[in-house]
Amino acid sequence: MFSEFFQFSFSGITLGAIYALVALGFTLIYNASHVINFAQGEFLMIGGMGTVVLMDAGAPIYLAIPGAIVMAGIAGVLLHKLAIAPAKNADVVTLIIITIGASIFLRGLAQIFWGKDYHALPAFSDTESLSVGGAVLLTQSLWILGIATLLVVALGLFFTRTALGKALLATSMNKDAASMVGIKTGAILTLAFGIAALLGAVAGVIVAPITFTAYDIGIMLGLKGFIAAAIGGLGSSTGAILGGLLLGLAEAYTAGYISSDYKDAVPFVLILVILFFLPNGLLGSRAVERV
Amino acid sequence: MATVKTHRKAPGLIALFVILAVAPLLAANAFHYDLMIKICLTAIVAVGLNLLVGYAGQVSLGHAAFYAGGAYASALLTQNYEFAPLPAMLTAAVAVGSLAWLVGRPILHLKGHYLSMATLGLGVIAAIVINNEDQITGGPDGLPVAPLSLFGHELSVFGSYEWFGMTITGTQLWYLLAAGALFLAVWLALNLIDSPLGRALRALHGSEIAAQVAGVDTAKYKLRVFVISAVYASVAGSLYAHYSGFITPDIASFGHSIELITIVVLGGMASTYGVILGAAILLLIPQFLTGFQELEMVLFGAILMAVMIFMPRGLVPTIARRFQKEAA
Amino acid sequence: MSALLSVKNLSKEFGGVHAVEDLSFEVEQGRIHSIIGPNGAGKTTLFNLITGLYQPSAGSVHLNGRSLAGHKPHELAPLGMCRTFQNLQICMNMSALENVMLGRHRHLGQGTLASLLKLPALRRGDHACRQQCADLMEFVGCGQYLNHHASAMPYGALKRLEIARALASEPDILLLDEPAAGLNRTETDALRDVIRKIADKGITVVLVEHDMKLVMSVSDQVLVLCYGRQLAEGTPDQIRANPDVIDAYLGSRKPEEEALA
Repeated sequence: MFSEFFQFSFSGITLGAIYALVALGFTLIYNASHVINFAQGEFLMIGGMGTVVLMDAGAPIYLAIPGAIVMAGIAGVLLHKLAIAPAKNADVVTLIIITIGASIFLRGLAQIFWGKDYHALPAFSDTESLSVGGAVLLTQSLWILGIATLLVVALGLFFTRTALGKALLATSMNKDAASMVGIKTGAILTLAFGIAALLGAVAGVIVAPITFTAYDIGIMLGLKGFIAAAIGGLGSSTGAILGGLLLGLAEAYTAGYISSDYKDAVPFVLILVILFFLPNGLLGSRAVERV
Repeated sequence: MATVKTHRKAPGLIALFVILAVAPLLAANAFHYDLMIKICLTAIVAVGLNLLVGYAGQVSLGHAAFYAGGAYASALLTQNYEFAPLPAMLTAAVAVGSLAWLVGRPILHLKGHYLSMATLGLGVIAAIVINNEDQITGGPDGLPVAPLSLFGHELSVFGSYEWFGMTITGTQLWYLLAAGALFLAVWLALNLIDSPLGRALRALHGSEIAAQVAGVDTAKYKLRVFVISAVYASVAGSLYAHYSGFITPDIASFGHSIELITIVVLGGMASTYGVILGAAILLLIPQFLTGFQELEMVLFGAILMAVMIFMPRGLVPTIARRFQKEAA
Repeated sequence: MSALLSVKNLSKEFGGVHAVEDLSFEVEQGRIHSIIGPNGAGKTTLFNLITGLYQPSAGSVHLNGRSLAGHKPHELAPLGMCRTFQNLQICMNMSALENVMLGRHRHLGQGTLASLLKLPALRRGDHACRQQCADLMEFVGCGQYLNHHASAMPYGALKRLEIARALASEPDILLLDEPAAGLNRTETDALRDVIRKIADKGITVVLVEHDMKLVMSVSDQVLVLCYGRQLAEGTPDQIRANPDVIDAYLGSRKPEEEALA
C-alpha cells in the first residue's frame, strides 16, 4: 500500500523535475522575448541524442554529455539569431509558427544524421536501484533530482548575483528601459535562448537513462514543459518548478491508480481545470489592461 | 460629398470559380484528383479557422479535434445508427457545434497564450480519447466509413457515372463536390466578414475595448465565431470521412491541428483566398519533396521558417501589399 | 432640470491608493460638463468607473435614474452612453468607415444565418448604416478619409474618427477622454466646434481635458479634481476665480497655469 504510493511518488517527482527544467526554459524565453518556444523540446532531444551519438563515436561519457549540451546551446543561440530576431515585429501566432518550423527542422536534421532508432543511455551510477520503504528508487532519479536542484540554485544565483543575470532580468522586465541604461538587449535575448537550450539539454541527458531517447521525443516533452509553465503561470520561475512537479506527480498517480491509457491526457486535463479556476495559472501575474 | 466605395466580392469569387473549374485540366490522373479533393476539403477548414484566428484574433491550436469530431460522428452515425450520410453530416455539425459551444464558454475567457494552451489541451484530449476508446472508434486501427450517397445515389470514388452522355469517374465527381463545397464555404465566409456581425468579430482583434463600448458582448461573440469555425471543420471532416472511406486518429492529432493553423498563418491571416493558397501549398510541398525523402522534414521546416520570417503577414497579404505599393 | 448622470460618493482604491475618493457630482441633460485636474488626479479612472471598465470600491453611478452598478462595458451603449479613449482604441484591421459602422452595432441585425447568407433585410440595413456613418465622418470633420484604411490615417483624424464611432451608437451622453491631446491649435479649434455641434444636437458631453483654453471656452460646468477628490465645481468663470484651483495648479507647476491666468 505505502510502498506503492512511494513508488508512484518517486517516479512522479523524477518526471516532475524534468518537466520543471523544460518549463524553466520556456519561462526564461517567454520572459525575455514573449515568445512561446515550441522548439524547447528539441533541446532535450539534442541533449539525449547528442550524448548517445558522441558516445557511439567513442567519446567517454564525461566528454559526450558536455559536448551534447554545448551542441544544444549553439542550437538555441542560432534559433534566436537566425529565426526569432529577424522576425521581431511579427504577430504572436507567426512567432509560434516560426518556432514550430524550427522544431520540425531540428527534428529533421536529427533524423538524417542520427537516425530514427530509439536509444538508451547507461545509468550514471553502477548501482541501478535502491529499496526505500518497500519501493524501488532508481539511482538515476537521485541524479535527476540532484542535478535539477543544482541547476535551479545556480540559475537563482545567476539572476541575483551576476551582472549578466541582472541584465537579463532587467531586459525581461522592460526592454526599452534596459537598453537605455546601456544593456545590449539583443545579445541578452540570445543569451536567454542559449540558457534555455542548456537547461533543456541537461534535462534531456539526465532523463535519457530512464525513458529512452530518439529524434522525436521533443514533441511530447516540449508540450508538457509548456503546460507545466502555464500551470505555474507563464513568466513565473517558481510557478514553472511548481507546475512541473505537480504535473509529474499527477501523471504518475494517474498511471498508477487509474489508467495508464489516459496517462498522457493528465497534463491536458489538469491545465484545463486549473485555467478554469485560475485564468493566469497558479502564480501568474494578473495583467491590468490600461486604457 | 465623397462617394462611399463598397467592397466588391464578385471579382474574387469569379476568379475562384474559374480556378476551381480549370484545375481539372491540370489533373492527369486519379492521384492528382485525390490531391485536389484533399486541398479543397482542408481549405474549407482553413477558411473557417481563419474566421476565428485571422479575423477575430483568437488562437486555436486544437481545431483538428472538431475536424475529427465531424469525421467520426459521420462514420458512427451512418454505420451504427443507419443514418443517411447527409442527415449524419448535419447531425455531426450540430453535435460538434454544441460541443464547441460547451467547451468554448469557459476557455474563451482566457487571453493570449492561455487560450492557445487550452485549445491545444482540448485537441490532445480528443486525440487520446479517440485512440483509447477502441470499442467505439476502432482505436489506432481506424474506422471504415460508408461512401457518400446523395438522394439515394451512391457516390463512390471507385464508381463510374454517366452525366449528359459523358462518362465521369467517381473521383472526378468527388472533385466537383469538394470544389463546390469550398466555393460555398468561401461565399458564406465573405458574406459573414462583410456583415455587422463580421465587423464585431474583426473588432475583437482590432480593439476589444472599442468593441465593448460599441455594445459588443465580446465573450458571446468569441463563442459564436468559435462555434462557426468548429462547424466548418466538422462539415469538412464529415466529407473527408466519406471520401476516404477510412479514418484514423491521425486526423485528430496535435500535428494536424498545427498543420491547420500553419495553413492559416502561411496563406495569410484575415485573407480568405490566402488560406486557400496556404492549404494548396502545404499539401503540395510534401509532393515536391518526396524526391528528397530524407530531407523532407528539414526542407519543410526551413520553408516554413523562411516564409514566416520574410513574410510575417503570410503570402497573399504580403504580395497584395507589394502590388498596391507598385500601383501607388 | 434633471440630472442625466449622477455620481454619488464614488471611490476606487488600487492597492491602498485612492485614485478616486468619495466623489459626488451631477451632469445635467444637454450640458457640456468638463472634468479637469493635474495629471494623476483620477480623471481617466473616473471615466473607467462610469463606463464599467473598473468596478468601484464604493459609491454609485446613476444614468437617467438607473444604477450602473455591475453593468459590463458592453451594456452601456444600449443605455445611451458612449465614450472615447485617451489612448486611441481604433480597430487598425478595418477601414475608417467600418470603424464608425462598428459604433452602430446595436442598431443592426446580428443573426448568424442572416449574416452568412447576407439576407436582403440585413443588406438593406447595412447599406443605410454605411451612408449614415459616412455622414457622421463628415460631421466630425474627417470626411476626406472616407475610403481610407484606419491604419493609413493621421493621429488627429483618428481622434475624430473615434468621436464619430461613439456618435454612431446614438448616445444620450458622450464621454470624451482628452480628445485634444496631441492635436495642434487649429485642430483643437476645429474640435471645439465639433463638441459644440454635438451639444447642439442635444447630446450631453462629459469632457476630460488638459487644454484649458478648450475647456474654458466650451464648458457649461467644470469639475476640478485633485488627488481623486473634488477640489471645486462651477462655471468656467467661477473656476477661474477660485483660489483653491489656482493654488493647486500653481503648486503643481503645470503648463495649464498659463491658460488659467
